[in-house]
Amino acid sequence: MIETIIHILVIAGLIVSAVLVYHFKDLLAAALASGLFSFLISLEFYILQAPDVAISQAAIGAGLTTAIFIIAIRSTKRYEEDAP
Amino acid sequence: MRMSKIVRFGADVLFGAIVIFGLYVIMHGHLTPGGGFQGGAVVATGAALVIVAYSYEEVIGMIKKTILMAQESAGLVMFAGVALIAIGLGTTFFFNFLANSGSLFGMTVPFGPNPGELNTGGVLPLMNIAVGIEVWGGLAIVILYMLSGIGKTKEA
Repeated sequence: MIETIIHILVIAGLIVSAVLVYHFKDLLAAALASGLFSFLISLEFYILQAPDVAISQAAIGAGLTTAIFIIAIRSTKRYEEDAP
Repeated sequence: MRMSKIVRFGADVLFGAIVIFGLYVIMHGHLTPGGGFQGGAVVATGAALVIVAYSYEEVIGMIKKTILMAQESAGLVMFAGVALIAIGLGTTFFFNFLANSGSLFGMTVPFGPNPGELNTGGVLPLMNIAVGIEVWGGLAIVILYMLSGIGKTKEA
């Protein structure tokens, strides 16, 4: 029972964070929402009894990919412009 | 451009804990989930944290490219070397010549349910350490090259 509730909460968080990545005009906030998506999907891997994949996903998805995005945002503009 | 003092202090505090946890995952690779790749990726996350928090000149002073490249090569050489030692002993490639030998990582695995003995596994921990060193250097140098590509230009 409690496992089903955690499942539903994690999947709802996944959908919300994925929509937030699309919604934000501030690219730094969008990169952090993408990192939150990776963190939640690593939690889902752990619930599905794949701790090996969860460690990889947390380190590479939430850590290194977000770092690469932040470095790219530092050298370019932080805010997205409206489409012409 | 460097981040604010709060971010830099947080990176300084968290760096040690992240590195220790990554080395723990590498060392216990044959007992618990995780292993060389996962632990190396965790340690590289700590290096990425420092690279994100500080400016280009400070990062170049702290982390040397040649050391990371040497680390990557050393991991690969150690991995292939341990596998080749088995041929030198007259057995097959990748033969686990240290298991149950009583020397390094050579303890016999106890029978029945047990918390796991670190001193077991033969050459598997050595392979995990080699892969961990290699992934640490490789992933850290990916982030470092990403930073040095923008370091020469004017940062926004």
